[in-house]
Amino acid sequence: MTDLTSLTLAAAREGLANRSFTSLELTDAHLGAIEAARGLNAFVMETPDQARSMARAIDAKIAKGEGGPLAGIPLAIKDLFATKDVRTTACSKILGNFVPPYESTVTSQLWRDGAVMLGKLNNDEFAMGSSNETSCFGPVVNPWRRDGANTTLVPGGSSGGSASAVAALLCMGATATDTGGSIRQPAAFTGTVGMKPTYGRCSRWGIVAFASSLDQAGPIARTVRDSAILMRSMAGHDPKDTTSVDRAVPDYEAAIGKSVKGMKIGIPREYRLEGMPQEIEKLWTEGAAWLKAAGAELVDVSLPHTKYALPAYYIVAPAEASSNLARYDGVRYGLQVPGRSIGEQYENTRAEGFGAEVRRRVMIGTYVLSAGYYDAYYLRAQKVRTLIKRDFEECFAKGVDAILTPATPSAAFGIGEKGADPVEMYLNDIFTVTVNMAGLPAIAVPAGKDAQGLPLGLQLIGRPFDEETLFSLGEVIEQAAGRFTPARWW
Amino acid sequence: MSVDAATVRRIAHLARIAVTDEEVPHLQGELNAMLAFVEQLSEVNVDGVEPMTSVIPMEMKKRADVVNDGEIADDIVRNAPATDDHFFLVPKVVE
Repeated sequence: MTDLTSLTLAAAREGLANRSFTSLELTDAHLGAIEAARGLNAFVMETPDQARSMARAIDAKIAKGEGGPLAGIPLAIKDLFATKDVRTTACSKILGNFVPPYESTVTSQLWRDGAVMLGKLNNDEFAMGSSNETSCFGPVVNPWRRDGANTTLVPGGSSGGSASAVAALLCMGATATDTGGSIRQPAAFTGTVGMKPTYGRCSRWGIVAFASSLDQAGPIARTVRDSAILMRSMAGHDPKDTTSVDRAVPDYEAAIGKSVKGMKIGIPREYRLEGMPQEIEKLWTEGAAWLKAAGAELVDVSLPHTKYALPAYYIVAPAEASSNLARYDGVRYGLQVPGRSIGEQYENTRAEGFGAEVRRRVMIGTYVLSAGYYDAYYLRAQKVRTLIKRDFEECFAKGVDAILTPATPSAAFGIGEKGADPVEMYLNDIFTVTVNMAGLPAIAVPAGKDAQGLPLGLQLIGRPFDEETLFSLGEVIEQAAGRFTPARWW
Repeated sequence: MSVDAATVRRIAHLARIAVTDEEVPHLQGELNAMLAFVEQLSEVNVDGVEPMTSVIPMEMKKRADVVNDGEIADDIVRNAPATDDHFFLVPKVVE
């Protein structure tokens, strides 16, 4: 039998349906791969016993012809999603050994549809980071290396464990979350496909909150089709999240292979940054040419407030984070560091429990919301956000179906290479953060390699709730660029 | 705008995060770097612009005002560092 871990999710689904192999065999193959790849530090918790018991149960169902759209498919879960009776930490010391007595809505829908859980994946602490270096479990290693070099590279972040595990063929797909680029940037750094759906498309219930008006769950997968399959199970209305949208979930997979002829693709001039590497520019031009060859029409568009998205984000996101993270008081769950008074206990617990990046953002957020500064910072940033959203609305009103941009300003960088200056790290999200500010859907699709052999991605941004167009266009790029799999060294 | 050492201590207290005297200068530098970065927003004309309050325009759903959960005290205290008979324990608050 060929190595089962090298199949796409779609191919594995077919193999399971026609009984070429069982879910237990598929699950065991992935558990073996996970064990052999511990050096990547992608998993913070392996759940082999639970995986095998889920696989056996679904095999019995498949035998009876019952199953579900993800029957028998082994997946892994970012440690930001609450999983019932399985430790959930957001990769922060402050959650300690928290074991949720409940399951997040998104993961419960995956199990409803027959998927198998392999374990929990590493991420930046509370999803704050672009390199997966802020996790209390240590950094994740990118399975990609530069040609002829053995420097360890970051997988991007915050969903670094998800991206690394999918790229290294440790799971057939993974859940991830995206607040400023945390699905798309790691996908671009690892040659995988990352879809950040429209705000409200997936329930946020049971996902550890970072910035509630920006957070969205989505999949990281090996192909565009695989991400469409996963999206259908992850999306849907949930009465427990008042921002989740009550709208039918389409069959996203039906959009794969659909003609893009006549579609209008916007090329935003503000994304052409000064000093942008030549190879990013080339990748972008090439991607546009592929879409044109498939019958799409390219149009120049302008999104004039683009440059203000990142600074506005670094007010809005920390402000919401400071409020959301106020719940970590060391009383009801997680770490507790004693003090002489309850106030001192709070302060000691939070000083010990939060890492440097989280502390920095909570403090900035506290400052911009504090009396006397609210109008100057927070209110102004929310007004800028309205302008950013308006830019996109005006563009779509002119008949643009989707917008094509690079996913990241560079390929993956080395562990420890960036971070002395926090703002330098934040610039990673320059192309992705606008999308969160406007609540739009966007997909990152691998499209080529840089001169050192590292994968690079393109981003497609769509109209609200038009993920289908992004899957159709993403498929065109994937067909032209091919798939990207790292040579195994670990 | 930039923050001084006293403001850093005040923010830390508001955020309920203990900071040592040695940490203050470093934190002050980091916070000021971030404030310098966001300073560029002051050049945007926001006259007459409404602040964004809802990402996707829609009416919030409301549910019936009825009890729909409960009787799970064991679950609720299960993860607490210190409990007694379904109560969370904290240092003495009232003398």
